[in-house]
Amino acid sequence: MKKQQTKQDQIKKEPLLRLVKRDALSAKKIVLIYAIAIVVSLLLSAIICSLFSSKNPLAFFAALFDGAFGSSRRIWLLLQDTALLLGVAVALVPAFKMKFWNLGGNGQILVGCLAAIACMFYLGGKMPDAVLILLMTVASIVAGAVWGLLPAIFKAHFGTNESLFTLMLNYIATGLVSMFITIWVKSGSGVLVPLNQGHFPELFGNKYLLTVLVFVILAVLMYVYLNYTKHGYEIAVVGDSPNTAKYIGIDVKRVIIRTMIISGALAGIVGLFLAGGIHHTISTASANNMGFTAIMATWLAAFNPLVMIGTCFFIIFISRGMVEVRGDFGFTNDSIANIVIGLVYFCVIACSFFITYRVVFRKASAKTAEADETKGGNKA
Amino acid sequence: MEKQTVIELRGITKRFGASVIANNNVSIDVKKGEILSVLGENGCGKTTLMNMLAGIYYPDEGTILIHGEEASIRSPKDAFRYNIGMIHQHFKLIDVFTAAENIVIGMDDGEKYDIKSAKTRIGAMSEKYGFHIELDKKVHEMSVSEKQTVEIVKALYRGADVLILDEPTAVLTPQEIDRLFEVLRAMREDGKSVIIITHKLNEVMAISDRVTVLRKGEHVKTVNTSETNEKELADMMVGQKVTLNIDRPLPENPELRLNVENLTLMGNEGHLVLDGVSFDAYSGEILGIAGIAGSGQRELLESIAGLHHLQEGRVTYYNPKKDKPITFYHKTFERVMELAEQGMLRYTDGREFTGKDESGKALSKKAICAQVEAGEILFKEDEVINLREKTPLQIRELGVRFSFVPEDRLGMGLVGNMDIIDNMMLRSYRRGKSVFVDRKAPEDLANKIVESLQVVTPNTHTPVRRLSGGNVQKVLVGREIAAGPRVLMAAYPVRGLDINSSYTIYNLLTEQKKSGVAVVFVGEDLDVLLALCDRILVIAGGKVMGTVDARKAKKEEIGLMMTGAVVGEQEKQEGGSL
Amino acid sequence: MTLFFVSAISIATVLLYGCVGEIITEKAGHLNLGIPGIMCMGTAGGCLGVSLYMGQLSSPEQASWFLLVLISLLFSLVFAAALGGVYALLTVTLRCNQNITGLAITIFGNGATNFIMSFVDRTHFDPAGKLISSSLPFAERLGGFGSVVFGHGIFVYLAIAAAIVCAIVLNKTRVGLHLRAVGESPATADAAGINVNLYKYVAILSGSALAGLGGFYYIMDYIKGSWENAATIEAFGWLAIALVIFVLWKPNIGILGAFLFGACFIVAFVIPDITPTQREIIKMLPYVVTIVVLVLTSIRKKREHQPPASLGLPYFREDR
Repeated sequence: MKKQQTKQDQIKKEPLLRLVKRDALSAKKIVLIYAIAIVVSLLLSAIICSLFSSKNPLAFFAALFDGAFGSSRRIWLLLQDTALLLGVAVALVPAFKMKFWNLGGNGQILVGCLAAIACMFYLGGKMPDAVLILLMTVASIVAGAVWGLLPAIFKAHFGTNESLFTLMLNYIATGLVSMFITIWVKSGSGVLVPLNQGHFPELFGNKYLLTVLVFVILAVLMYVYLNYTKHGYEIAVVGDSPNTAKYIGIDVKRVIIRTMIISGALAGIVGLFLAGGIHHTISTASANNMGFTAIMATWLAAFNPLVMIGTCFFIIFISRGMVEVRGDFGFTNDSIANIVIGLVYFCVIACSFFITYRVVFRKASAKTAEADETKGGNKA
Repeated sequence: MEKQTVIELRGITKRFGASVIANNNVSIDVKKGEILSVLGENGCGKTTLMNMLAGIYYPDEGTILIHGEEASIRSPKDAFRYNIGMIHQHFKLIDVFTAAENIVIGMDDGEKYDIKSAKTRIGAMSEKYGFHIELDKKVHEMSVSEKQTVEIVKALYRGADVLILDEPTAVLTPQEIDRLFEVLRAMREDGKSVIIITHKLNEVMAISDRVTVLRKGEHVKTVNTSETNEKELADMMVGQKVTLNIDRPLPENPELRLNVENLTLMGNEGHLVLDGVSFDAYSGEILGIAGIAGSGQRELLESIAGLHHLQEGRVTYYNPKKDKPITFYHKTFERVMELAEQGMLRYTDGREFTGKDESGKALSKKAICAQVEAGEILFKEDEVINLREKTPLQIRELGVRFSFVPEDRLGMGLVGNMDIIDNMMLRSYRRGKSVFVDRKAPEDLANKIVESLQVVTPNTHTPVRRLSGGNVQKVLVGREIAAGPRVLMAAYPVRGLDINSSYTIYNLLTEQKKSGVAVVFVGEDLDVLLALCDRILVIAGGKVMGTVDARKAKKEEIGLMMTGAVVGEQEKQEGGSL
Repeated sequence: MTLFFVSAISIATVLLYGCVGEIITEKAGHLNLGIPGIMCMGTAGGCLGVSLYMGQLSSPEQASWFLLVLISLLFSLVFAAALGGVYALLTVTLRCNQNITGLAITIFGNGATNFIMSFVDRTHFDPAGKLISSSLPFAERLGGFGSVVFGHGIFVYLAIAAAIVCAIVLNKTRVGLHLRAVGESPATADAAGINVNLYKYVAILSGSALAGLGGFYYIMDYIKGSWENAATIEAFGWLAIALVIFVLWKPNIGILGAFLFGACFIVAFVIPDITPTQREIIKMLPYVVTIVVLVLTSIRKKREHQPPASLGLPYFREDR
């Protein structure tokens, strides 16, 4: 440091890279960055898949689309799965909007499902199906709501960490399911055979349509709830600035508890559909990890329920498509789907960086800022 | 004898975003063994400039020379390497660590980590400069002044020769300030350079050898303290005469609006933040509240607004409703019935309103609502409302017309991520029975405020966090005034604002006063308080020191009261001009 | 009874690796929900190492204990650290949301592990598992006490050593002080001249590497080389995250906590006259107890028992 420094030395000592927070990017550019990330991640996946098999990368995309849209049954399954995931995302989004990290989607779905199955198991055949379905609906909504309410009460009153609380509740829900299966299944096989009563009716002779309609409608209702109602407004205020909420006289505890009851109840409804509409049975894996996947979907959609329809569709498209890829490429288990989904997530998550920050290179000026933006996607 | 130059800043420019220039071509120097004050109003770029020496920010243009050689300070670590230490306004200490742990943190002297021998060294150093410090005490158990001491020791422990202190006295008691100044003088004798960032003229005169004045990000002048005076410095600081030209009419028909009695509030750390505070606020006057920052001003206003659980005391609101009709605009149906039970209401023809008809049969809700809406039911007397233990919502439902401009604008008064319209809605969104919010009225209000207060914003759909400080404040004050308050409380409403925005706010407050609102104004600048207010309540350490007549009081008198040294003659002033 | 203790200690070991690994990352302010996936990844790496080593031998009997342990250990550490590296890159450098990133890591880790395991040659896993889990030679001679204390494979003692070393480093060394500072307040640490990102990277990488050993231990030692799928290990990962809260971010208490959790997990299988229903209830206990601890600490609000203050928040120096 004592040495006489020339101008050049001094420049060298300037940081090579600096991060600068961006002003808001236009929606167009954000979409572009995400699109690039998704394309890059899919290309990467195609290359990986073809490396481990004899197929060429293009066959990956063919199989992906075939798996998702190959037959009318596949399309309906795609839509049904999208709807279910959307249902969970719709359940989680008010909590996330409130900055309440509800990682307990899986548990809330499971208890909802469990409550409905319990109704089917104990009451099935003893009453008309219509009454049974009504009871199932009430039971799963209540069960889901309780599962949402528990962490909310403690968060509201003592500030108990909600991510960890809800995470634990997932496992308690799983445990409850295992426990009831041991009660219901005397053979000890641990598998509950599908029950015969309390099946949801088919709509226009189509067994998928009801699920799809219900959850798309719920998504639209949630959009309206969050953006145009007093409740939704309160959720936004509490999420953004709890102090402002207090100052303006919003009962923050009440909003947290109320919102989590809604969140849990909606997740319970997804459980209801799993029980009454689709599987007619339950296992510890019934939630199919949708509680976590839906977090991704809500986050990608920037907590907008209408955009969530798209993100859920995309996520399910990949996972349904991957079923076909797996068969076509001769992979022995479904692990490849998780790898591809993981890769897509990584790339998309990395995008958030390029949307929030701008990298300024040494001696860089405003001129290079534009260039960075397009580079952002590639780097991801 | 010319002292050796330690640091030289040449042509430093720092921008935030495209529009904000925090520092523009600033050149100053710092000498060995001197105390330099960097003086300027809030928001003039003093802290930003010093942050570039501390490695927090990196200058966009310009060079920093240390001992005559170009230096590049990229991080706080680099700053230490150049022996520069900075004590920030918000202390950078770790709550769960002890003082000693906080002091040695980040130091890697190549030797084995040994907290014991470090403590011995710290002890020796503390003795040399006269610090009082408990090394095993956890930071979250410390007072503000103790924390500051830890910060200073921390900087010295890592060999700082240049010590930068950002507003070090803002949170200290007079005794603590004296002790701090003694320590700083001891350091100067030891050949260290001290830079104090401040906006307090008396401290500049008391402690520093030279003064650098900044204004709006630019360097005005650097002068020797011995060759200047407060007046000249103040002129340089604000760039115009300090005589504040605020219109101050005499209060008209002052009526008691708010009475606070023996208000006592316990802080989180178990000490009294407010200790038996009592005062009255009258309509048509501005009551100033003066005190050193952190003397309980914020908590006082928040307590009145219903944000704290009080240990003791009464807050009473006098609603001037005598012979005026009761309306649903500010009252709920339940409140109407409650008042009826208390015998507070009468019909226009003088009969008492009891909620029953002549035959003693209870009236239907519909019938009562019709009578209220027709304006047939009046108050017999002024309404007296007890506000203790009421939440902000309950206070509003009682029909109390309070407006409150809190200190933390984006953190409490507004929601940063919401646009101007949605922020307008904060107060009014509950109106009506619909489950949906009505955005039409707030939008009109937003447009009105943007236009009348000249808020600089692309449009009303811009999130308020993107607006500059002055515009944020205009939005907040505009909203609070639009609510038509009878009592308007404002905490530091001009902090960080430029002169023009400040005047806009002063004028708004004065207008409110003229229209009969009781205004409570918490300020930090005594000149402003003396020019704007009618009476000034001085508090120190959560206690009322007295109330003075702002038209007659002397600045020095208030200054002394703020330090807790003198108790004002409250009785005499109370009965005075009012 | 001996069997109970031995089994409980084994499960405890799996959890302890995950728990200590997670504590290290959380102390750096990163809630790593990717730990379950990373534990899977460590398993895949270790197993790959085992199969590569065993595969090049002419017969399994020639396997050297030392080489087998060393190679599988290194593979496991590297694989787990690699996935931890992805998490670090995303959350430290790119400042992405930690919860989201962690979940993606777990999904990816689970898939990648199943994928790798479908390629790994498992023919010699049985002898390798026996070798890795072989106990200290004198354990047998000491009776029941001996097999409880000395009757485990090397990985059990490594886990305990890791927990103790971690506790000492965190509380008694400069590195530990700095790491805790980074997790409590990165801005303060930064201002004090600590390289925040370096500490975060090192903590996440080493924590991940350590956690990965848990999964590998489970497969190779506890169930002696048999393999179903990654889901079991993932479940242990989540339990390990619960354990971190239960032991209030203290690795030395982690040893005890892991044993308690392990006991809860295993007691259901050991108690003879127990219905399957009761077994499921006992298996739920660790989660219930964790919630109780979580609630109690949040009610008591003792500063020392709270999560690191900046847990879950990204750090950007100019962000203030």
